[in-house]
Amino acid sequence: MSRQTTRAVDPRKVSGELFTLTYGSLVAQLLKDYENDDEVNKQLDKMGYNIGVRLIEDFLARSNVGRCQDFRETADVIAKVGFKMYLGLTPVVANWSPAGDEFSLLIENNPLIDFVELPEGHSHLNFSNILCGALRGALEMVQMDVAVWFVQDQLKGDNLTELRLRFIKRLEDAVPAGED
Amino acid sequence: MASFTKQRSNILEKPLSKGKGEINLSTFALLFSEMVQYSQNRVYSVPELQTKLSDLGQHVGTRIVDLLMLREKGFRREVKLLNMLLFIKGNLWKNLFGKEADKLEHANDDERTYYIIEKEPLVNKFISVPKDKGTLNCASYVAGIIEAVLNGCNFPAKVTAHWHKGTTFMIKFDESVIARDKIVEGR
Repeated sequence: MSRQTTRAVDPRKVSGELFTLTYGSLVAQLLKDYENDDEVNKQLDKMGYNIGVRLIEDFLARSNVGRCQDFRETADVIAKVGFKMYLGLTPVVANWSPAGDEFSLLIENNPLIDFVELPEGHSHLNFSNILCGALRGALEMVQMDVAVWFVQDQLKGDNLTELRLRFIKRLEDAVPAGED
Repeated sequence: MASFTKQRSNILEKPLSKGKGEINLSTFALLFSEMVQYSQNRVYSVPELQTKLSDLGQHVGTRIVDLLMLREKGFRREVKLLNMLLFIKGNLWKNLFGKEADKLEHANDDERTYYIIEKEPLVNKFISVPKDKGTLNCASYVAGIIEAVLNGCNFPAKVTAHWHKGTTFMIKFDESVIARDKIVEGR
């Protein structure tokens, strides 16, 4: 009677549904605790930042990617290697600014929003805001100060999800006091 | 508000996923870690933290139970206690963790109590418990999932996670569940 789902067990992978529902549970809890969409966005961004800061080490250790020459290469690595590795999808890099310091990531199947519908009255909530924080955190660890924000969101009726990244400046490694 | 005038897709019109999607373990582990830290900052004691984690798990459990019953059992729900427990040990575990739970046991001295034993739960893989919080078991999150699944199937129970042979989930059923099961089995 029962259909068994057989999945080859890969110790480096977990069920996408467990992940999606876990994230949903977290956002629901934040909404209960803060009751204000902007505060929830801020909190998600903060958590994403913490994740990004740690994720970049895992990324550098496993991906064999060297230093990027310019922001365009960075964009490609984020989309084709980073997103692929950690979320199993490859966003399209598009809408470059003329100066080459700003681009968009277009995401069609955002795993965070499976099973999700935004209830009325949450028009300010960026449900997947954790992604912005994670990108910011990870890039900061490789000396890039970037701003990340949502332009389009499938949960709000857009055809796809669009994240915008802007390069602000290169961060210099702080030299400890007393050393040249 | 402008965006809300656009046509939003109705979730019930989308096909149900087959549940084959997978995600990198690191992504999940870091997310779970953030969840534990967030909860930790809002409580004063270990039992409170475990309750918080369990509550978060219940949110998952109430959703997964609909999903699994629809996808794997064609809407048929379990009515017998033992089958229900085997469903958790088998189907639920496989869906969430890609394997069956290690063991299912019945307490010798209490017919209301069952144990599901998992030597190394996925959620504990990267968690080292600080010395001053020795009893903390973050698998309380999973206990919450199990509890919500049982409650959702009308087997009211309390589920807690303990350090014993790895992690043991202790399931204590409501008196009414045992009484009902005797009637069902007796038919």
